[in-house]
Amino acid sequence: MCHQVTGRGGAKRSIRLSGSRVFPHPLPDLVHTTPEGLACPLGNFHVDPWRPVDLAVITHAHADHARAGSRAYLTTPEGAPLLRRRVQNGAVIETLAYGERRRIGAVTVSLHPAGHVLGSAQVRIEHASGTWVVAGDYKTAPDPTCAGIEPVACDVFVTESTFGLPVFGWPRESELIAEILAWWEGNRAAGRTSLLCAYPLGKAQRLLAGIGGRALGPIAVHGAVHKLNEAYAEAGVALPEAEYASPEVTKRIRGEGLVIAPPSAHGTPWVRKFGEVSTGFASGWMRLRGTRRRRNFDRGFVVSDHADWDGLLQTIAAAGAERVLVTHGYVEPLVRYLNEESGIRAEALATGFEGEGGAEATGPEEEALA
Amino acid sequence: MKGFAELYRRLDSTRRTNARLEALRDHFRAVDPADGAWALHYLLGRRGRRVVGSRQMRAWVAKHGGQPEWLVDECYDAVGDLAETVALLAPGRGDEGEAHGLSLAEVIEERVLALRDLDDAAREELVVATWRRFDLLERLLYVKLITGGFRVGVSRGLVARALAELAGTDQATMAHRLAGRWEPEPAAFVRLMAGDAAGDDPLRPYPFFLASPVPESVSDLGAARDFVAEWKWDGIRVQAVRRGEGHLLWSRGEDVIDAAFPEISAAIAELPPGTVLDGELLAWRDGAPLPFHSLQRRLQRKSVGAKLRQDVPVRMIAYDLLEFGGQDWRERPLEQRQARLREVLEALGRPEVAVAEVVDAERWEALAELRAESRARGVEGLMLKRRGSPYRAGRTRGDWWKWKVEPFTVDAVLVYAQRGHGRRASLYTDYTFAVHGDDGELVPVAKAYSGLSDAEIRKVDAFVRRNITERFGPVRAVTPELVFELAFEGIQPSPRHKAGLALRFPRMARWRHDKTVAEADSLASLRELLAREAGAR
Ligand SMILES: [Zn+2]
Ligand SMILES: [Zn+2]
Repeated sequence: MCHQVTGRGGAKRSIRLSGSRVFPHPLPDLVHTTPEGLACPLGNFHVDPWRPVDLAVITHAHADHARAGSRAYLTTPEGAPLLRRRVQNGAVIETLAYGERRRIGAVTVSLHPAGHVLGSAQVRIEHASGTWVVAGDYKTAPDPTCAGIEPVACDVFVTESTFGLPVFGWPRESELIAEILAWWEGNRAAGRTSLLCAYPLGKAQRLLAGIGGRALGPIAVHGAVHKLNEAYAEAGVALPEAEYASPEVTKRIRGEGLVIAPPSAHGTPWVRKFGEVSTGFASGWMRLRGTRRRRNFDRGFVVSDHADWDGLLQTIAAAGAERVLVTHGYVEPLVRYLNEESGIRAEALATGFEGEGGAEATGPEEEALA
Repeated sequence: MKGFAELYRRLDSTRRTNARLEALRDHFRAVDPADGAWALHYLLGRRGRRVVGSRQMRAWVAKHGGQPEWLVDECYDAVGDLAETVALLAPGRGDEGEAHGLSLAEVIEERVLALRDLDDAAREELVVATWRRFDLLERLLYVKLITGGFRVGVSRGLVARALAELAGTDQATMAHRLAGRWEPEPAAFVRLMAGDAAGDDPLRPYPFFLASPVPESVSDLGAARDFVAEWKWDGIRVQAVRRGEGHLLWSRGEDVIDAAFPEISAAIAELPPGTVLDGELLAWRDGAPLPFHSLQRRLQRKSVGAKLRQDVPVRMIAYDLLEFGGQDWRERPLEQRQARLREVLEALGRPEVAVAEVVDAERWEALAELRAESRARGVEGLMLKRRGSPYRAGRTRGDWWKWKVEPFTVDAVLVYAQRGHGRRASLYTDYTFAVHGDDGELVPVAKAYSGLSDAEIRKVDAFVRRNITERFGPVRAVTPELVFELAFEGIQPSPRHKAGLALRFPRMARWRHDKTVAEADSLASLRELLAREAGAR
């Protein structure tokens, strides 16, 4: 991958040990956790806050990052239509194109592709005391439905760790799609409908785009996916023909088609309309046999919009930060690994939201679908 | 190996009986006898030998997978299964593997059993070389074979059914055939499938018939007079087989346990040839059973000394006669089998093998009253067997019912949690519970990992993650806040535990959302129960 370095921050300087939460202070942490979420006091804004604030800078429109109730939002133009669906009508949504710089309070903010879903961004915050990047959710694998991640050099890098263990490694995209097509083929031969469950924002579109022109038959989508497909189409993302699974469409594709639906549809009466089905689940958690079996799907497909272990290490290295703050996932092992094996100073960033990683069943539903 | 891996994958990915049956049939239809014998050996849950310890396995995967050992342990903690962890971390392209063409028998003989004759360095080399050639699932199976931890979640009945269809015989015959002693060799597999009885184990047991728990209300079973009632003993289920010149004592896991119980074995030797008894083995003194933990001292012994025989005398209580005079008696009515059993045991005249007493009562009310005395008698409740019924195989519902006494309960506080295994790996599902000690501290009294619904488990898991106060290896201490009602079958002294006592078969009966930690039970009340129970015996 080409590691383009975007807007390197000010000269490196030694950053004092963390833990200083006092403000004002000569060189405070630019970003720290508050009950509202990640706050940047110098800019008087929050990144992906979980409580209403004045200005919310949103990395992407997934439910665990974009919450309703704030007065104003700032996100990418690509992400804005998706964010609009999460917040109430009155809320102000301002946009900032990838790479564009904006002065907010005493800091300068810019957004850079995170490769996670359409419009997802890493938030770069520049100040005389140093440059911080809050990466939000990201992945390094290619995805035709969104801009690829661009490493952003910084002094302090805030990273997620959803899949922060070396057991998590994603198969190549081509293998994944071949596996899905082989499963579909087998089902078709047996007269079964293929029901593929995936997170409706991002994952569903990525799978559709991956299948592209190679569809073995008609494709239909659940209403939740259909609405988001429209938003993707508006943003100019090319997806193969996928009709809304209306009663007529359902009848037509039964026994041969592929249906893409949110996992919450699994096991509901809605599924029965498709006759005999084989169920598949597309998630990074499917890498583990235990989660595969517990979820009671016929097939698990290993695919995530989060970085795998190698992707995390690669991205962290590319940021070149002298300090890494780890949040959201397998925090402890990643922190220890960075300190002991990579020689990168790392600490846990408390989110106050979840105590420990691998929250497959605990975090927001989204976490389970990673 | 690929074929066996495919069978494993299919069995692992569905709980639908028909799909599992189809997977078994597809596998065994065309299997090479050498591979078939080994596959069957493992499917039936027969023991594999541990050739490499799990410590060593972790060290190797750390070294060759390029990860620090602590990180391998973290992964193991998250994955919940060592073999899977190793498969995921081992060197090589596990997502693809290699078209190696090794058969299951070749893998077992040349890469599992062969390890025993190698020194450590050569073992390491062979294991790592094998990892490199295998895909993820093959690696997982390989590690399980090496560490002796191989299990497949498939019932013996289902295996017997699939094989019976292929061999053109009935399930009962196949189950009987599978139950004997046979070595995982091609000839044995050919014999099993050909229906040729010549190579069968002459001392094989019959498949055990298992009772089902009585439904909500016992009167749903019909009239009490349609059943013969017996006490339900809390020992281990055994079959005593006496044929030709030989005799064997089989446990329900189909292990031969003569060595641990020589006095029973000696008594069985005196039965007339062609006799098979079904019954319960108990630790027994002065006309009453000793608690189960006494019997545990003798189980799994390769030999039993005079001291132990004296400390823990044993007795078999026989309640069924499956074979007599070399004839299969299982189709005969219950009363006929029981009557002949009494004659056989009277003629034997050995106190080590006694006949089960019939509990006489005409009405459910009367039986319920007798059942209420169970604890004082040292039994678990009543067995109800339908009059005139044959001796069936496996867990067929309808004729044999177990009517256990209500369990004891205690309200205890969740204090530690650990991640589960298998299907529940990565969720905190294994819990330790405590009650109030004498000085107000919480004292752990039981571990439990079953009894909650999946939804409840997810809620407890979420609570655990947000309330961790300390970590000891894989164990997480949590803020004491949740109270659960634990059900258990018995209580026994245990100097190994801080509480000085241990609960038998504890499980979570329900989540007491309505109770605070202060309202949980105390150790003093459990001690009282222990004293009462000891007195009752
Ligand atoms: Zn996300
Ligand atoms: Zn997220």
